Amino acid sequence: MELLILIFLPLVGAIATALFAKQNTAKVAALAFSLFSLAVAIGILCKFTPDASTQFVVNFPWIEQLGINFHAGIDGISMITVLLTNVLTPLIILASFKHEYKNANAFYALVLFMQTGLLLVFTALDAFLFYIGWEAALIPIYFICATWGGKDRIKVNMKFFVYTIAGSLFMLLGIIYLYLQNPANNFELAEFYKLELDATQQGWIFWAFFIAFAIKMPIFPFHTWQPDTYTTAPTPGTMLLSGIMLKMGIYGVIRWLLPIVPQGVQDWTCLVMILAIIGVVYAAIIAFMQKDAKRLVAYSSISHVGLIAAGIFTLSHQGLQGSMIQMLSHGINVIGLFFVLDIINSRLATNKVDELGGLAKVAPQLAITFLIILLGTVALPGTNGFIGEFLLLMSVYNYNAWLGAVAGLTIIFGAVYMFRSYQKIMLGETNALTSSFKDINGTEKVVLYTICALIIVIGVYPKPLMQISDASVQHLLEQINQKLTGIN
Amino acid sequence: MNIIITIAVTALVVLYTGLFKAKKALLPITLLGLLVALGFTICSWDQPTVHFGMMQIDNFALAFGGLSIIGTLFIFLLTQRYFAENSQNIAEYFTLILFALCGIIIMVSYKNLSMLFIGIEIMSVCLYILAGIRKLNFASNEASLKYFLMGAFSTGFLLFGIALIYGATGSFDIDVIQNVLVNNVTNVSPLFYPGIILMMVGLCFKVGAAPFHFWTPDVYEGAPSLITAFMSTVVKTAGFAAFLRLFAGAFEPLHDFWMPALMVIVIITLCVGNITALYQKNFKRMLAYSSISHAGYLLFSLIVLTANSASNVLVYAAAYTFASIVAFAVLINVKQKTGSDDIESFNGLAKRNPLAALALTIAMLSLAGIPLTAGFIGKYVMFLNVMENYQIILVVIAILNALVGFYYYFRVIIAIYFKEGKEVELDTPIQYKVVLVVSTIVILVLGIYPSLILNLI
Repeated sequence: MELLILIFLPLVGAIATALFAKQNTAKVAALAFSLFSLAVAIGILCKFTPDASTQFVVNFPWIEQLGINFHAGIDGISMITVLLTNVLTPLIILASFKHEYKNANAFYALVLFMQTGLLLVFTALDAFLFYIGWEAALIPIYFICATWGGKDRIKVNMKFFVYTIAGSLFMLLGIIYLYLQNPANNFELAEFYKLELDATQQGWIFWAFFIAFAIKMPIFPFHTWQPDTYTTAPTPGTMLLSGIMLKMGIYGVIRWLLPIVPQGVQDWTCLVMILAIIGVVYAAIIAFMQKDAKRLVAYSSISHVGLIAAGIFTLSHQGLQGSMIQMLSHGINVIGLFFVLDIINSRLATNKVDELGGLAKVAPQLAITFLIILLGTVALPGTNGFIGEFLLLMSVYNYNAWLGAVAGLTIIFGAVYMFRSYQKIMLGETNALTSSFKDINGTEKVVLYTICALIIVIGVYPKPLMQISDASVQHLLEQINQKLTGIN
Repeated sequence: MNIIITIAVTALVVLYTGLFKAKKALLPITLLGLLVALGFTICSWDQPTVHFGMMQIDNFALAFGGLSIIGTLFIFLLTQRYFAENSQNIAEYFTLILFALCGIIIMVSYKNLSMLFIGIEIMSVCLYILAGIRKLNFASNEASLKYFLMGAFSTGFLLFGIALIYGATGSFDIDVIQNVLVNNVTNVSPLFYPGIILMMVGLCFKVGAAPFHFWTPDVYEGAPSLITAFMSTVVKTAGFAAFLRLFAGAFEPLHDFWMPALMVIVIITLCVGNITALYQKNFKRMLAYSSISHAGYLLFSLIVLTANSASNVLVYAAAYTFASIVAFAVLINVKQKTGSDDIESFNGLAKRNPLAALALTIAMLSLAGIPLTAGFIGKYVMFLNVMENYQIILVVIAILNALVGFYYYFRVIIAIYFKEGKEVELDTPIQYKVVLVVSTIVILVLGIYPSLILNLI
């Protein structure tokens, strides 16, 4: 029951906002609904026992003739992503408070609608439901980005849309195939786990799913839609895409790909690891060359996600746990970064690092918060980025020392391009453009302080978070190993 | 039977009402007649009857007949402002549509091949006239002539096919034909093979499947929009019902023989329809090509015959019908204001008329096959159907085509929301609003809870 409230509260909010809110009350209504959702999520977290079981299960027949059930539940892995969604959505809505969007009620309704889609993805235990959520999250973000975005938004978002939907259609093919293999004639995740597919079948299913997930994350070479889409999207759209939506891909790999086709995963791990690490380095190098700070963050995001993917595919406890915590941290950090850039952009109408400078003098609070977020992003010990990145790197290193070493370069690269842009934006002398810059105020303070607090708290004391997913990850790995030994 | 009688009587009453110049009474009489016919449809549910060995009113016929009647009802609701300017022959218009509907009801419920032919002819002759009903309009004349010539030709194929089948079996009755086939599967009369292929050609023409589709774009573009709407929804659905009744019923034992031919037709249809639709600037032409591609998806149900083939076609046809009606309703509405039926004329529709914009968007999403709309469920059951026989190559081709489809359906959405248009207020008559709202709700309800019509038949 709690879970139904959790999933559908944002949808109710979306409908209410679309129909009843006025231009000026829409954002408040949306914020209120997202805070309610957060409260529900925290309530669920309090009742959640961190073992490997699936809790808060709802299961009732939906389309009986086709064997489709509305089956959802939360285990440790879902809990992290649900938290991520429900913590970030209010922050994202609050971060948009300074903007006046045309048709604000439609805008915020779409944001809330997307939240429902995301929550469906993160809690679905039925493959069909998962697919519905997957698409239900895509449609609103397409409209958000294409309606309220910047230059070239139509073309860029068409590319984004066609890319992602292409991936998801092949995933649908994979899902139908699994359904037809399933003697129980349904889409239950648990039944899919039990399927005994041979290596060839697993290989095909692996690719059908992997391409969808790889496009979403994105993993090199499926990333080409990402920088343009992030850059042209309105800031809340960018935050939704980078903060939450790309985690759909990561979550999909953990929940659907690894346990259903472990043999397929094992056969292709080597290739995926190499692609992921290429992505890590390649994106870091391109980020290094960027003049536009928003593009820089976009590429740095590809780089970070590449590492998460590499960590997952090591199929080790460290890798998976690292990816769980890093999903959360990356979400928090990246929306922090995009928000800082949005603040700068909304005042100075530029994100070109060369045109900025000396902001620290005129805006000390912005400088401090930006620095903390940056430290989190470059994974300084004591910030939230550290623990995840450390575990991920360790797992990659254990898999293959050379890959680990190459991936380790990202920390250095990341530090270099991040600090270099910080230096150019914040330090030095002010120029004509930046001298009249106003420091952060009002809602901006709330958002940035919250993000900084989260960065430090998670960084200093990550244990409770780690515990949430620990048992579930352990259970998942046991399942995978069992299946692998069963085949061999 | 009472369904056909009701519709035919309504048609005659309308004709006489027109004679006495009682224009205001035309629409109410028609709607009343159709509602009564719909009532009979619902009442006869689950009570299969056979009339004189000619027609078999079973649930299959009732479901498709009901869908056709509802579709026609919506089309009639759209006539309200359509005839304000050129109101010469409304009564004829109404009568012809109703007679065409009679033909359609016969087409979906025939038991005897002669009835199939009669049904198709009744429908087609009405449509030849309707396509050219704008006597002074050049495009309308062209459409009518083209449709007539091509249609007459294809009917010839159909008739020749029927004759050959009769030669092989000595009967027009589809059950008898099926029995003949079942009893002599190993030793089938050679007349059957050309007969089946010729009938397939004739029916493919009627449903507008490639490579027998060349009439579609010109006729759809030239005919009055309302008639195009009727042709591309109701007529198409009926064509598929007729197709299905024959090929999934009588010719089922020879599935291995005709399936490869149909497979080629499906692949060509999908690719031609979708790829050509990409290049259309005219919304009506785009819908014409998209209707060709939808014919391809619909034919999936015949590639792999399962117990669910008929209900899959019903789901898909319902999704397609309602979405197309919305598209044509908005098109007619916009065209009255702007005088153009290019996609560009939808520019900025979101500001001019948010309701029409939203309805058209949902219709486009449904045609494209986005989840939570009826179109997705339609495509899904079709894919599932074909996947059951592991025709994975075909599904992959279909998926690539669906991607192309996204592209051109989204062009319309882009025009509605993201392009700047002229700031002309666009008012929508109340009947249009009813059609838009009801159709949109149906699309969403069928998309979210398709159990309502899945396995109905």
